[in-house]
Amino acid sequence: MDLLPLIGIAVVVAGFALRLNPLLVVVVAALVTGVAAGHSLGDVVGALGTAFVDSRSVAIVWLALPVIGLLERAGLKERARTVISGIRVATTGRLLLVYMALRQITAALGLTSLGGHAQMVRPLVAPMAEAAAESRWGEPSMRTRFRIRAHAAAVDNVGVFFGEDIFIAIGSILLIRGFLEQNGILVTPTSLALWAIPTAVAAFVIHGARLFLLDRSLRATIARERAAAPAEGDGALVTAEAERA
Amino acid sequence: MISLEVVYVLMGLMTAGVAVVDLLDRTRPRRYSNALFWGCYAVTFLAGSRLPPVVTGTLVIVMALVPSVRKLAPAPPEAATPAEREASAARWGNWLFIPALTIPAVTLLGTLTLGHIRVGGRPLVEAREVTLVSLALAIVCALVVAMAMLRPGRAAPVTEARRLLDAVGWAAVLPQLLAALGAVFALAGVGQAVTTVVERWIPLDTPFAAVAAFTVGMAIFTMIMGNAFAAFPVMTAGIGLPLIVHRFGGDVVIMAAVGMLSGFCGTLMTPMAANFNIVPAALLELPNENDVIKVQIPTGLLLLVTNTAIMYLFVYR
Repeated sequence: MDLLPLIGIAVVVAGFALRLNPLLVVVVAALVTGVAAGHSLGDVVGALGTAFVDSRSVAIVWLALPVIGLLERAGLKERARTVISGIRVATTGRLLLVYMALRQITAALGLTSLGGHAQMVRPLVAPMAEAAAESRWGEPSMRTRFRIRAHAAAVDNVGVFFGEDIFIAIGSILLIRGFLEQNGILVTPTSLALWAIPTAVAAFVIHGARLFLLDRSLRATIARERAAAPAEGDGALVTAEAERA
Repeated sequence: MISLEVVYVLMGLMTAGVAVVDLLDRTRPRRYSNALFWGCYAVTFLAGSRLPPVVTGTLVIVMALVPSVRKLAPAPPEAATPAEREASAARWGNWLFIPALTIPAVTLLGTLTLGHIRVGGRPLVEAREVTLVSLALAIVCALVVAMAMLRPGRAAPVTEARRLLDAVGWAAVLPQLLAALGAVFALAGVGQAVTTVVERWIPLDTPFAAVAAFTVGMAIFTMIMGNAFAAFPVMTAGIGLPLIVHRFGGDVVIMAAVGMLSGFCGTLMTPMAANFNIVPAALLELPNENDVIKVQIPTGLLLLVTNTAIMYLFVYR
């Protein structure tokens, strides 16, 4: 058995480890793999071109950028912050938990394109999550803001991944069914979707617990930052004055 | 008949517009790199279905070389100052949410109705394209609403698209390129090679070892390929069917369903799943491209352990 095609995987792992530009890593991996499998370079470049064009649908979400940009310019993020500051029970963790639940439920109904990082997380969820922390515990540092934003991106992923498989007509269920059928085994989509439920519940419980802990951690972190910040600022001022003197 | 090809033309026009705005902006360095990058991308959308594959393949290689030779220019500053945005937010209030929420609302409406509309005996939209066409239609509706409401000037959609697309940078293309890599891997027989390695070198002589090797293998192979769909046929043909189902008598439905979800745990933990992990880091302007992955790793690992337990407890009953 020929193991030479695996060289492409080695290229990917090495390229990412060396922190080279991922586009270059992927293109080189594709070319090396194709040539190692015995195809000519021209054929492999053509195959890469065809595959790239066939995958264009992946990029459709970018079409939302003009709208999102216009709304941001008109103050959408600022308004989202004001709204969330007015809700007294809102915390970062609770807000993200509600969004994750909505994302999981809608994905389970097959509506996977209702959320997403470009349409929902950047303009709405992330600014709201930051504002919830701000109005409850005080102004967070940039570092803490980055942490909150990363969590906002993560709930979108966890919600959609572990919700969509409960819907019987989603791609992964159809793939499983098609693959097993090729191997002479017939299964119903309903039974596959049913067995996605335990993991969906586990995902909600595990990630929900982490969001609960996130709230506690944010409260402590921001309190520490606020306690340290004025002193640090004074310190810097004193040093600067001392230097001037 | 509305097909995805129409949507691709819209994408092409948008990316071409971004390239032109980048090219004409004399105030910033490296504008030619950005213009070349987005220009090539625009061509793959506008002419991708008609160009010979070798030409599009070459365009892809150029797009990979441009940001590797010299970094792309970062995003330009915002058009409005924070004070202007605060004033605008106060003026519009909750009306600002209307265009934003038009996107999910019209997507939902389109998903539910477009597949049933027939024109002259033919469906208006192909069934398998309904979701994506609905999303694109919803975005166009939202743009119309936002333009009518805010009246920001005709060039604003393109300059705003350019600000955000330059903020995301090359990461915007990575998901599509990784999908293409998966297709090349499949062509070259990478899956069979992995199966050979697994069968030859990993001892799987107990029911538990087979389950653990399958769930963990799904996660690891998904991390390498960036996609559970690519890992599933390989791991199921290698371990799932021959060992868990045939040798140890496990249930095929539970094996398959929980196996796929174990792959999704891998998706949470890999930069190869760029659209879920790297793109949001760029969109949210995080300092490190792996910041989202770092947040997701604990959930990914705990859920992988849970999946292994679920499969072992139920698959052999």
